[in-house]
Amino acid sequence: MSLGSAPTLVRPIRPVLSRGMLGILVLMLAVLAGIVIGETPLSLGQVGRVLANSLWGAGYAVDPVDAGIIWSYRLPRTLVAAACGAGLALAGVVLQALVRNALADPYLLGVSAGASTGAVAVTILGLGGGAIGISSGAFMGAVLAFALVALLARAAGGSPAHMVLAGIAGSQLFNALTSFFIAKSANAEQARGIIFWLLGNLSGVRWPDVWLAVPATALGLVICFRYARALDAFAFGTDAARALGVPVRWVQFVLIGMVTLMTAVMVSIVGAIGFVGLVIPHAARFIVGVRHLRLIPTAALTGAVFMILADIASRMIIPGQVVPIGVVTALVGAPGFALILIRNRRES
Amino acid sequence: MRIETFSLGWSSRGRRIVEDVELRIRPGETFGLIGPNGSGKSTLLRLMAGLLPRAQGRVELDGRPLATLPRGEIARRIALVAQAADTAERLNAREAVELGRTPWLSPFAPFSAMDEAIVSDALEAVDMTHMAERSWSTLSGGERQRIHIARALAQRPRLLMLDEPTNHLDIQHQLALLRLIAGLDVTVVIALHDLNQAMRCDRIGIMDGGRLISCGPPAEVLTPERLSAIFRVGARALTDPVDGTQQLRFHCLEDHL
Ligand SMILES: Nc1ncnc2c1ncn2[C@@H]1O[C@H](COP(=O)(O)OP(=O)(O)OP(=O)(O)O)[C@@H](O)[C@H]1O
Ligand SMILES: [Mg+2]
Repeated sequence: MSLGSAPTLVRPIRPVLSRGMLGILVLMLAVLAGIVIGETPLSLGQVGRVLANSLWGAGYAVDPVDAGIIWSYRLPRTLVAAACGAGLALAGVVLQALVRNALADPYLLGVSAGASTGAVAVTILGLGGGAIGISSGAFMGAVLAFALVALLARAAGGSPAHMVLAGIAGSQLFNALTSFFIAKSANAEQARGIIFWLLGNLSGVRWPDVWLAVPATALGLVICFRYARALDAFAFGTDAARALGVPVRWVQFVLIGMVTLMTAVMVSIVGAIGFVGLVIPHAARFIVGVRHLRLIPTAALTGAVFMILADIASRMIIPGQVVPIGVVTALVGAPGFALILIRNRRES
Repeated sequence: MRIETFSLGWSSRGRRIVEDVELRIRPGETFGLIGPNGSGKSTLLRLMAGLLPRAQGRVELDGRPLATLPRGEIARRIALVAQAADTAERLNAREAVELGRTPWLSPFAPFSAMDEAIVSDALEAVDMTHMAERSWSTLSGGERQRIHIARALAQRPRLLMLDEPTNHLDIQHQLALLRLIAGLDVTVVIALHDLNQAMRCDRIGIMDGGRLISCGPPAEVLTPERLSAIFRVGARALTDPVDGTQQLRFHCLEDHL
């Protein structure tokens, strides 16, 4: 291959745009599928009319029950699934680059567990006496968990491997705390509800959740893009990144803060969903390579579409019953994770 | 570019690793750093590149304190090839070299034709063009070292710092690298173990126990007395009968040759 024909970053603008369009098209199709498919079968025509009515007051005659299902239930649910999938995938991309470990994700590093503990502390223990919302509780839990994990990793030696080990310890600790709170303070009814929620559940999602999840993910996406080149520069470690002009401390602070915030928001809405943040970034790397300017949008899109499909599956696997979405992502994610491990071994 | 250090030092856990280093490196000069293992060469280089926190003393670039320059500004002036830097990312060789353009690019600006040309030149300079598409994990130690050097070249620095760059390189590429450095129009600070290679620098400094104990032209600094005191070896200068250049030949102090 001649040098001129092998550039990896300069590509004509048009393919980039058309790939972007393709991505958005795929996402819209997935959203549409998320609305159409469900226990109450709906036709594309019905969905189109309801959306037209709600979005620009088209004034079609529609069944109010269908309209309710579509507009108040399935659409917000699907949008939150997309935001959540994209956000978790972004969190995984960022953590894997910063920690320089293929196994890093918010779940593994204890952030999700901390967020769960925070959310449970607010809902069951009534922490904050009603002044703190679930999201804020989840955020504080997430920050606390990450701070603890980071401190422990630092004390243990500070290498990427230490970070992962500390994350495992932190996850265990916070999961135990969560169980403890539930066992101590929740009645059987509450406990069942919370455990179901912790496994990941989009059933209760409504429009206010959309206005929390979508902006959080959008903000995350913008920040990730802003630091895409910096993330590239971490490939050879923090010292190399610094030598390439990256303000390492600042970038770590901003990006990890953003990941923590995003994870906390997601956990507070849908519970702790594993494997998405871990597996989707690898799938995206497989598609477009390791450069973050391309990896970030690809991972976000793949995560969004994957989560919408997982949500559909969670509603459809057992008729008349909703399987927690965390169970679905784990069922798909665990084999995906195994593949990553095997591929990593072959590399080294 | 001129780089100067003023009582530069660094300690870790109360241990002084580099102490009180006063260096004045002139624009365009090639300055060699030599010294036994653990004498502080790598630490001094990282200090001079502003990579270590809590440095004592200060470093100045063309009279401006390094500490007052933003990271990006420093990276446009100084490139460092560290002793060992590895990645588990599935980068290819060219992508690794492209990282050298980071300090010159704004967050969203795409690679320009000029950036591409600089990267291609850098790959060519280290004779790695034919392996540009190879994945990092498949490269040999010497090939990786050459890619690191290419990345530093792609950074287009005015001061190039190299930490034992000839490590892992076969003899042809060692000589090619030294020749490449000699031909560059930049200031070079290079840590070396091969004292015969160090002889080709304009000046050299000897590190021992974290201190710069001697500094000057190679012929003045590399005296047999110093070599036996610091490196614990005996040395004799032999003269090449063809061009009259001097080469050092070493032996153990115990073998009284
Ligand atoms: N981050 C650190 N923390 C503690 N000690 C350190 C650190 N970095 C280096 N040292 C110690 O400082 C001393 C100098 O290390 P340095 O790497 O600068 O030596 P060097 O001259 O480059 O050696 P070599 O020839 O082996 O590359 C060594 O004894 C090393 O163990
Ligand atoms: Mg060294």
